[in-house]
Amino acid sequence: MTQATNSRTATADTALHPAPPLDMRAAARLGLAGALVTALVPSIGMVETFQSRIIIEPFLPLGLLFMYLMPFAFGWMAARPPIKREGYAASVPGARNMAAGAIAGVLAGLGVGVLMALITAFDLRGIFIQLSPQLLETLSFGLPLGSAVLATAALGGLAGALGGGIHLLPRRLRRSLLPALMWVLLMSLLRDVAAQVFSGLRIPWLTTLIFTRRGGPLTVAGAVGVFVVFFALYWWIGGRQVTIRSRFDALPRPRQIGWSVAAMVAILAILAVAPAVFGPFLSQVLDNAGIFLLMALGLNIVLGYAGLLDLGYVAFFAVGAYTSAILTSPLSPTWAPQLSFLGALPFVMIAAVVAGAMVATPVIRMRGDYLAIVTLGFGEIARILLNSEWLAPYFGGAQGITNIPNLTIGPLSFSSPQDYFYPIFAFVLLAAYITYSLERSRWGRAWMAMREDESVAEAMGVNIVTAKLSAFVVGAILASFGGALFGAQIGSVFPHSFDIIVSITVLVIIIVGGMGNVPGVALGALILIGLPNLLREFSEFQFLFYGVLLIIMMLNRPEGFLPSRQRARELHQDEAGQDAWLEIYGDEAAASPETAPEGNA
Amino acid sequence: MAPLLEIRDLTKSFGGLTAINGLTMHVDQGEIVSVIGPNGAGKTTFFNLITGMETPDSGDIMFADQPIVGLRPNQILELGVARTFQNVRLFPNMTVLENVMVGRHTRTRSGMLSAIFRTRAFRREEVETERLAEDTLSFFGTRLAGYRLDQPAMALSYANRRRLEIARAMASEPTLLLLDEPTAGMNPRETVEITELIGRMREERNFTVLLIEHDMRVVKGVSDRVVVVDHGSKLAEGSYEEVATNQQVIEAYLGTDTERRRIG
Repeated sequence: MTQATNSRTATADTALHPAPPLDMRAAARLGLAGALVTALVPSIGMVETFQSRIIIEPFLPLGLLFMYLMPFAFGWMAARPPIKREGYAASVPGARNMAAGAIAGVLAGLGVGVLMALITAFDLRGIFIQLSPQLLETLSFGLPLGSAVLATAALGGLAGALGGGIHLLPRRLRRSLLPALMWVLLMSLLRDVAAQVFSGLRIPWLTTLIFTRRGGPLTVAGAVGVFVVFFALYWWIGGRQVTIRSRFDALPRPRQIGWSVAAMVAILAILAVAPAVFGPFLSQVLDNAGIFLLMALGLNIVLGYAGLLDLGYVAFFAVGAYTSAILTSPLSPTWAPQLSFLGALPFVMIAAVVAGAMVATPVIRMRGDYLAIVTLGFGEIARILLNSEWLAPYFGGAQGITNIPNLTIGPLSFSSPQDYFYPIFAFVLLAAYITYSLERSRWGRAWMAMREDESVAEAMGVNIVTAKLSAFVVGAILASFGGALFGAQIGSVFPHSFDIIVSITVLVIIIVGGMGNVPGVALGALILIGLPNLLREFSEFQFLFYGVLLIIMMLNRPEGFLPSRQRARELHQDEAGQDAWLEIYGDEAAASPETAPEGNA
Repeated sequence: MAPLLEIRDLTKSFGGLTAINGLTMHVDQGEIVSVIGPNGAGKTTFFNLITGMETPDSGDIMFADQPIVGLRPNQILELGVARTFQNVRLFPNMTVLENVMVGRHTRTRSGMLSAIFRTRAFRREEVETERLAEDTLSFFGTRLAGYRLDQPAMALSYANRRRLEIARAMASEPTLLLLDEPTAGMNPRETVEITELIGRMREERNFTVLLIEHDMRVVKGVSDRVVVVDHGSKLAEGSYEEVATNQQVIEAYLGTDTERRRIG
């Protein structure tokens, strides 16, 4: 809501209580938490690792920028206006918000001050090896300790006040400014990608226009240019009253189908030229993301539709990888039929079906947490068996199976990452299609019913045994395809590739992306697998970022970035129920009081 | 002719509590039978036993001359016994239409592969399922039609949720429909409507109905026969008038004379 409308409502209705003032003590408490987080950033080595990245030539190194993003974020949090309550006027953001942000920011900055004092007084490198005199030099800007503490507090306060000041901006400005700033940062971080894409798109001059050199930081003019372009773009989007989604929904059905087909063709066309535009390195990143996406689509069926939390999902990935490795590699320990990839594929499927059924059968009558723990166990069993000396004559033990031949289809041979892009995304599209078609069938409905209420689903005729078994089997098949492609592309399989962390990553992908929704899962795979590969400095902190991202998502957007409509409904059930009720009965209830009592929902 | 549903010596206890104690009763084809009794008399447990959601300790349940004790709930539904729940249990995040389509799960046959390949048979069945689901919903007039078909079940008003639950059960084409307090929480107008509906179910769709009900106007309005259950056993049986004047029934509901005097 903008300032103008806020003040109008506040003055128009005198019966309202004035809005409660911002709680400065809460801001200070938040600032203390901010101090811990801000001091943690240099302590775990982020400042030092990121410092060599210059965002905009000739200043703004990423390390310090990243650290001062913390007071900024905490300032923003501290200055959030209180929720509007019934009978109270809406809070009008003002100087108080900036003050609250500044308080939190100063405290967060002081966290770094304390850290600097500690580094000066003690040698902490026994615990945090990163806390070196060089780091102190960076943090203090070369100033003596007293002035350095003042400087960091002041900088923190400034960042916090700016963070708090965001609330003062009108919505549309805010929604254009922040994404534009983010794009400047992203553009600079993904400079290699940008350069590659520009040259792939035959516009290499754009690289020299906005970057100092290929692979170098943004120039000042370049940064301003990127900012202006994205700011204008978001400003334009923000001014439009209707979203694409609602426009699409308003179209008659035949035209909806027409647009969907057009979108499909566009996606296919983009995929077809993608490897050429993206080059070998980026294609490799996309290949990795694609393999995880394939797995995520499988888990999406097991968890997103059928509601079965499988924490040992990596086992199916391993089954696919090892089955195809044994059948195709000449170095398979005991038995090497040396089939082609396609020849091995039916056996991969059979192995996946067997594995899916093997996991599903004992857990048929289990629900929720029990299921999660048991499947977690299965995942570990698979890895330990593959690694064991006992089965080494078949699976090669810790040495794994090497020399897996490249994928060949007829005369086509796939070797480079760019080549592999096509089969991987062909399988991804296949998985997406299977997901869509099963969703709109009695199987999809049975899975969803089972997820919603297992005993009622059974009472309504859903055979829980077949429903669970089939969900596991479909999920297992998709993951095994991913595994087979993974083995063929890498050329070897080792037990340690099938760690529990793979299961967790796939789970995080579908949670962050949006459970039960194919585009959401795709976005999740790109963000969680693609970005860490591209931002190599960040890859060291990959799991820290996963954790932080997961917590932020759970607090603010538990349904994921691009949720299925169902999932969004589920997690905002009260509001949705309320809205729907108002939509239906709001007018009726006003017109005739008779209809209203019916809806005590 | 043997009764459609025959229950003999049914017993079920939970720990020390005997919820159903040697209950014997039957329901004939085409009958509407009400089960009444004070709260905690074991009526819902009785429904759970019939539909296989719980297993009896002893006793027989015969449906259409076939023993159904020990069958899974989905098998029992397939044989033709569908139910609703006392505390409405829909699939809240699925749409109204989807809820009813789930009810047709056992009456459809398409395999997963035919769904993936979109075979002609699959598409025909899918269209048919949707048509039958809409048809079932049209039983409730316009209340669950039109734009409401694509709304999530949780967006419905309470009364419509109850109607939807009945529709979901009806969609499975049962012979015997078990309704667990279909008018609980409804206002008088809606109660009258449900009463009429239960009559129509038999006339238009040939359902045999067994219902649990607390509202005596409904029981009086629809029942061919009333079975009174207390402490898990049958207390009385007969027409509404017979049961309503039965001394034991009055005592079960209102307490014995002495108890009443003590309270009064």
